[in-house]
Amino acid sequence: MLFELREVGLDRGGKTVLDSLSAGIPEGSTAIVGPSGAGKSTLLRLLNRLADPDRGEIAYRGRPLDSYEPLALRREVSLVPQLPALLEGTVESNLRYAAELAGELLDLDRTLALAGLDPSFAERDVAKLSVGEQQRAMLGRALAQRPAVLLLDEPTSALDHIARDTIEAALAELRRELDISIVLVSHDPEQARRLSDWVLRLEGGRLAGCGPLAEVLA
Amino acid sequence: MTMAALGTSIHIALWQVAASLALVALAAAISFWRGADLERDIGIATVRSFVQLTLVGYAIKLIFEADTIWLVLALLAVMVLFGAITARSRAKKVPGSFRPLLIALALAGGSTLGLVVALGIFEPTPRYLVPVGGMVIGNAMTASAVALNRLGDEMGEARARIEATLALGATAREAAAPTVRRALRSGMITLIDSTKTTGLIFFPGTMVGMLLAGASPTDAVRLQLILLYVLLGSVSISALVATTLAYRNFFTPASQLCEFVEEVVD
Repeated sequence: MLFELREVGLDRGGKTVLDSLSAGIPEGSTAIVGPSGAGKSTLLRLLNRLADPDRGEIAYRGRPLDSYEPLALRREVSLVPQLPALLEGTVESNLRYAAELAGELLDLDRTLALAGLDPSFAERDVAKLSVGEQQRAMLGRALAQRPAVLLLDEPTSALDHIARDTIEAALAELRRELDISIVLVSHDPEQARRLSDWVLRLEGGRLAGCGPLAEVLA
Repeated sequence: MTMAALGTSIHIALWQVAASLALVALAAAISFWRGADLERDIGIATVRSFVQLTLVGYAIKLIFEADTIWLVLALLAVMVLFGAITARSRAKKVPGSFRPLLIALALAGGSTLGLVVALGIFEPTPRYLVPVGGMVIGNAMTASAVALNRLGDEMGEARARIEATLALGATAREAAAPTVRRALRSGMITLIDSTKTTGLIFFPGTMVGMLLAGASPTDAVRLQLILLYVLLGSVSISALVATTLAYRNFFTPASQLCEFVEEVVD
């Protein structure tokens, strides 16, 4: 298993956001689905230690998550947040920043291509990109670190269907091209069907289903 | 110019102070006339300034007469303490801001005063250390309060970008760097701007005081320049130390943004 959750719980502001979650996330492509407020994004943030659970334990490749050095873990298990939040500058400067943090050499054109961006985007000021283009630049920035796992939080929620299709095509291409696992948060079961083989369904912070796509989203 | 040559002295009688209250009455009248509802605040400000400055005047008189460095240091320590308490009230969004502010003010005051004495600009006597120390610590307090106030606002606004940068494996320091830079700038910029326009748009207080006290304009200008340059150093140190120490309080040891900076997440 890529990730194993054992009785994971988390409270925020006196409210239980995640409640005794026990589930496995295998290598490959997994979707975390459920209605708004189900705790999907919170769970994703726990997987690269942007937050820690209040109860229970998470293991990554058989080892407790908190036994990993958090910064190294985040370079290996890279999270792309729901809304683009790039650093000031060009697309290239953002990609270079990420690559340097991970100690990786940047193959600029290939990374842009994997994120569904053509080479002309390298010099573009991120402030002048559309939200969809920024989201692809965020994906490119994560890929510049050559992560083993990509955590995607609603990567297309702010986009129209054309931009959504472009991102989904880029993700499908990624899986063909790279040996990378993807954990994707989505409120849209159809997107989960298009992009994943394994599904975790959350409702009100509790596990409502976990297993192969065909079983959970029958 | 030797500082001893600046020794000038004039006598101000209490009736002169009382007469200046006419302008306070004018301020209160304006407030009342235009419904600004500031009469009470004007009254409080007038009484407080009179009581506070009179008390400080007597305290300084005692310290001058005692002529011992220990009393000066004690007074400066009290200024640092009250400065940190005051600045904390303006940096409410920064958790645990008191300690960074206290260290920032102590370092800014200690290092700039130490440097001006070491460079031979001022003699290490109460006559110089008390007023200069007061100015240094006062300006350092304002700068660090402004810087931390900005830091608190910016950390909230930049939460998404900071967390996205942490998600790449950046350290808390790297992720907060643009925010800390902006906070530092805002703490320093006011004094830099006023230093740029000094003499053109306004006459700074020390120079005005010296001219009123009968000093030569050249001496007044030189002393003012020294103080402006000393203040530039002290506000930079205080804003730097306060922001450098305070930003860490927004993060856990595992380089996570603390819960209170988080938005409500899905």
